[in-house]
Amino acid sequence: MTEHAGSRWIQVFLIILVALLCVPLVVMYIWLLEAAFAKQTYGIVPSGFTLSNWRFLWEGFKNMPSIWRITFNTLVFAAIVTVAEVFFASLTGYALSRMKFPGRRIFLSFTLVLHAFPAVTLLIAIFYVLLVMGLYDTLLGVILVKAALELPLGVWIMKGFFDGISWDMEMSALVDGCSRFRAWWEVLIPNIRPGIAALSIFSFLSGWSEFLLPYIFTSSFENFTLSVMLRRLIGDFRFVDYGLLTAAGLYYMLPVLIFFIFTQEYLLNIYAGGTKGTQI
Amino acid sequence: MEVRLVHLSKYFGEVRAVNDLNLEIKSGEFVALLGPSGCGKTTTLLMIAGIYIPTEGEIWFGDRIVNDLLPKDRNIGMVFQSYALYPHMTVFENISFPLKLKKVPMAERRKRAQRVADMMQIGHLMDRKPAQLSGGQQQRVALARALVKEPDILLFDEPLSNLDAKLRLTMRGELKRLQKDLGITSIYVTHDQVEAMTMADRVAVLRDGRLQTFSTPDDLYNRPQTLFVAGFIGSPPMNFIDATLVQENGKVVVKAEGMRIELPDELGKRALARAKSDRVVYGIRPEHVHLDPEGDIEAEIYVVEPLGREDLLDCRLLGGSVMGVLAPAGQPVGPGDKVRLRFEAEHSQLFDPETEHTLLW
Repeated sequence: MTEHAGSRWIQVFLIILVALLCVPLVVMYIWLLEAAFAKQTYGIVPSGFTLSNWRFLWEGFKNMPSIWRITFNTLVFAAIVTVAEVFFASLTGYALSRMKFPGRRIFLSFTLVLHAFPAVTLLIAIFYVLLVMGLYDTLLGVILVKAALELPLGVWIMKGFFDGISWDMEMSALVDGCSRFRAWWEVLIPNIRPGIAALSIFSFLSGWSEFLLPYIFTSSFENFTLSVMLRRLIGDFRFVDYGLLTAAGLYYMLPVLIFFIFTQEYLLNIYAGGTKGTQI
Repeated sequence: MEVRLVHLSKYFGEVRAVNDLNLEIKSGEFVALLGPSGCGKTTTLLMIAGIYIPTEGEIWFGDRIVNDLLPKDRNIGMVFQSYALYPHMTVFENISFPLKLKKVPMAERRKRAQRVADMMQIGHLMDRKPAQLSGGQQQRVALARALVKEPDILLFDEPLSNLDAKLRLTMRGELKRLQKDLGITSIYVTHDQVEAMTMADRVAVLRDGRLQTFSTPDDLYNRPQTLFVAGFIGSPPMNFIDATLVQENGKVVVKAEGMRIELPDELGKRALARAKSDRVVYGIRPEHVHLDPEGDIEAEIYVVEPLGREDLLDCRLLGGSVMGVLAPAGQPVGPGDKVRLRFEAEHSQLFDPETEHTLLW
């Protein structure tokens, strides 16, 4: 009521501007949605309704393992990456936040550099390492690589959450009779649950959508993940079956979408700068 | 449990937070570590708790050196300024946490936690989370948690600082009473001299990591050992004037410009015997200086500060030194008025200006 008329028009203008900028994005998603269920699309206009694009769910693909096997692989990949990352990041983050040791500062800055390092440049080196270790073309190998590349950021995030807990509380736990490890487990970890939740979601989503590493470091059918499968849908057919591609794409996206809807509150914690969010 | 600190030092890099501290605390005694912030009192406490490892020196609990003992093995209870309650646990879980770590059976845990909680008057709050409690209640939970394992030693790190003034007063009394009832050796860190003076059996005053003095509140106030202690203890603070010590007609006299005080014979003799030169720092508390038309020291009122029950008058002597005087409220004087002052000479303090040590006690 008390606002100036001018600022109101500016607001309206800004909203329209943002809406216009969003149009291409919205169009893309609308097309994806309708193409997955349409016989054909003319530009953005669909024609005819069909479920045959989804036949891969019961028939599978040509020259590929069953969709369920691929989904299972992706799930295992994302889950193990998540568990490994949260586990190591919360130990390392604690050490970096709480302990003094030689090289701590260098270690901290190195993890930042590592995070900024483009993983693509490491591909050939990683390939050799995996080959020598006998992990090339195994899910485990790709999981290890992915977890390692994700760890620097995770460590920083967890360190931020540990920094937010007062020393007093930890000292109090030690005086009450905890060992250092028990204090970490019983007092600190429960108090950074928002951080752990956020990091878990974050790494799960990142693992779920990882394409480059499984594409390059696995070749056998039994190690396929959903992203690799999508790539194959585009590449290996003489002409691209867009109906099939969009349906498979939607299938790939759905878990992420559902996951995101239920967990966005935690995700906001992490993007708000790693400070302690809502207390549980 | 008796606690002894022997040549205790803690360095953080170049900084000597605690420097060659020697302290003997008797069993059941309530000792306050008093000093301005950064004087090393909390560092000392954390060394006793086992959180910090001493750089040099020894910490004795009874007849045992505990330097290398982990905090969990020292059987101490500690109350922090921030209370440091565990936010994810209920009051009951907070209080019984030390017992859980000692693997005390659940039934016993419940009984003991309830007993301590009832003693602290928080027995009805057992199912709440700390965030649902007031500051005073949180304080009581922290205290109950420290007491529940029946510690040999209680450590307090400014536990009352976060309470409001009225509650602080209540808790002060309760804490003192509790300590006397339980007879647990207690070490209490504070920068609040009133807390230290009112609660402790003995007060250790620290400054820049060094022990200034360790004595009873009475000695601290009436017979301060050093200039720092004399100035630090008491509010409004003691007045100090640079003066000379002379003998006139068989009397020992303290003289400064516009001021002449005859010391009582006993004090005079002692001061004369110990003084290395005739230069001294003369000290007297504001409550021992009076407005008196018969007084032999002239002064001019500089400012009047009403404190409620009393007025604090800042008086300027002829020599220019300013002297605080506590007088009953409602004095019919104002800035610029000429007054005469009378000093209670028997309450004089004298210090060596070089060593800053007392010449009297």
